[in-house]
Amino acid sequence: MDTKSIVYIALFAALTAALGIVPPIPTGFGINITAQSLGVMLAGSIAGAKRGGLAMVLFLALIAIGLPLLAGGRGGIAALAGPWAGYVLAWPLCSFIIGWLIGRKPGANVWLLGAFIAFGGIVVMHTFGILWYAFASQIPLGVAFINNSIFIPGDLVKVAIAAVLTHGLRRAFPTL
Amino acid sequence: MINIHNVSLSYADRTVLRDVSLSLTERRIAVIGANGSGKSSFARMLNGLVLPTEGEVEIDGLNTRTHGKDIRQKVGFVFQNPDNQIVFPVVEEDLAFGMKNLGFSKEKIAQKTDEILTRYDMRDLREHPAHLLSGGQKQLLAISGVLVMEPSYIIMDEPTTLLDLRNKRRVSEAIMALEQTVILISHDLDLLHDFDRVIVFDEGRVVEDNIPSVAVPAYVKRMT
Amino acid sequence: MLDLYSPGKSFLHKMSPAPKMLVLMVAATLLFLNDSLAVTLAAMVAVLLLYPLAQLSFKQAWQQLRPLLWIFAVFFALQWWLAGLEQASYVVLRLAALILLASLVTLTTRSSDMIDTITTGLGFLKPIGVNPAKVGLAISLALRFIPVLAQVTQDVREAQKTRGLERSVIAVAMPVAIRTLKMADDISDAIESRGYRP
Ligand SMILES: Nc1ncnc2c1ncn2[C@@H]1O[C@H](COP(=O)(O)OP(=O)(O)O)[C@@H](O)[C@H]1O
Ligand SMILES: [Mg+2]
Repeated sequence: MDTKSIVYIALFAALTAALGIVPPIPTGFGINITAQSLGVMLAGSIAGAKRGGLAMVLFLALIAIGLPLLAGGRGGIAALAGPWAGYVLAWPLCSFIIGWLIGRKPGANVWLLGAFIAFGGIVVMHTFGILWYAFASQIPLGVAFINNSIFIPGDLVKVAIAAVLTHGLRRAFPTL
Repeated sequence: MINIHNVSLSYADRTVLRDVSLSLTERRIAVIGANGSGKSSFARMLNGLVLPTEGEVEIDGLNTRTHGKDIRQKVGFVFQNPDNQIVFPVVEEDLAFGMKNLGFSKEKIAQKTDEILTRYDMRDLREHPAHLLSGGQKQLLAISGVLVMEPSYIIMDEPTTLLDLRNKRRVSEAIMALEQTVILISHDLDLLHDFDRVIVFDEGRVVEDNIPSVAVPAYVKRMT
Repeated sequence: MLDLYSPGKSFLHKMSPAPKMLVLMVAATLLFLNDSLAVTLAAMVAVLLLYPLAQLSFKQAWQQLRPLLWIFAVFFALQWWLAGLEQASYVVLRLAALILLASLVTLTTRSSDMIDTITTGLGFLKPIGVNPAKVGLAISLALRFIPVLAQVTQDVREAQKTRGLERSVIAVAMPVAIRTLKMADDISDAIESRGYRP
């Protein structure tokens, strides 16, 4: 792997950590709507499949060694094992899928970019999150699904931001 | 000695350097020119960070295409913004980075760290967080990080542009005191009096190449 | 939060990073799994007592928590409302203790030592194609980028303020992203210039 890839991996892991400092919106279900998943989307859409996916692996590794980088200052292995951990553990896959889809359509317009980002950043992430949650807290999938819907509006906003940013950056840096 | 033979450089559809041939033997060489005239691209070519699209660059007989790794050690590079050059959070850790890459022993790393910090009067800052240094100290740290690797040539891309007057003076004194060959890109024309040679770039071509008292006024005239 | 190394000669500074990080990992996990307020309180006191023993001041401890105070406040209020005062105190104390504990490690360990340790610890991944030295470099860069990103964002917000744009997400994020990507390119050139062999 070349030096530039290492730098990009570090950069997007750091970005995701830095977004954890943006004030989260509490939902009342024990988990908050945070800006952090924007980092997951941008890692895939800007850094690409491999670098983006590895950036998220690095981020999770930093959490695992105990750094409190998850939104709200959470960290440690335990933070990666609770009933809500499915979302966070899916991040490497989400970024990878977003990057892979975008990599296959280099000329994508902002809407198509948005669709790709939404697929990886909402569909994949929530599927994982819901399955894990339903399994970990022994509740019916339907209930988990309904509880989960509270995140959708916030996620759509993040998808829009990520799509506009990615579109702009791909014009500023044609070599991305 | 640095030899540049008929070098051209293009990024995608844009030509940045056009048929440049130079033989650099002097100890103090300055490169000046308008923004976008190709100075940084030229500098990056000299240590093999960028390879020419056409032509060859040779450092002491080694071609940048084939001897990239040896050339990186021979030719040190100081960037405009020291924040982009400092890789580790603490002063001495950052100094050690280049030396570890070259496989220096622990003792040698400690000794060279001591030497360089003494030279720039920064011994107390050994364990200091690098991001809290002043602008001038950061640039001196960036220069130190290059010097400890024992290069024979040092390329500097506008190392004083971001500094205030006092720090500018301190860093330029440090530059003039270097025993190595220095190739300095700069917009600070008053720095160049004591240089042996000044090369002026315009739109990727060498348009002046002379002693400072001739080349600098010609450049100023060109710009106005 | 997560200030980096603070020089000193305490036993925590001298302790080698591997056991320190292991203790952090285990302690953080136990703290997270425990659900008694009394134990959490005891843990908090214990962590706080380690600060002077590590030649760190309570002021430094406070500095780790200060940026998160409003998060604590929101958590506390919410938990109080949903689950009562005891649960609220427990959640907030646990969070504070975890942050102080992690900071204790980062404050007494040079990141180069931490990275060397992780690099050695990851040696077992070599056969599957992971290069531990590269992982180490990536970790140290990530830790360095976090404050840089915060700084760049602040600079851009100030610049956009003069245009009344500091609250527009895109008007702030776009220049931040462009500057950081440029910086990333420069940093990778600088790393290679300094003899790093990928
Ligand atoms: N990596 C790159 N990709 C494409 N164009 C570039 C790149 N680097 C520089 N350029 C272009 O090359 C030209 C010369 O740039 P540069 O060498 O930085 O000039 P200077 O340092 O004299 O300002 C500029 O027009 C710049 O936009
Ligand atoms: Mg330049």
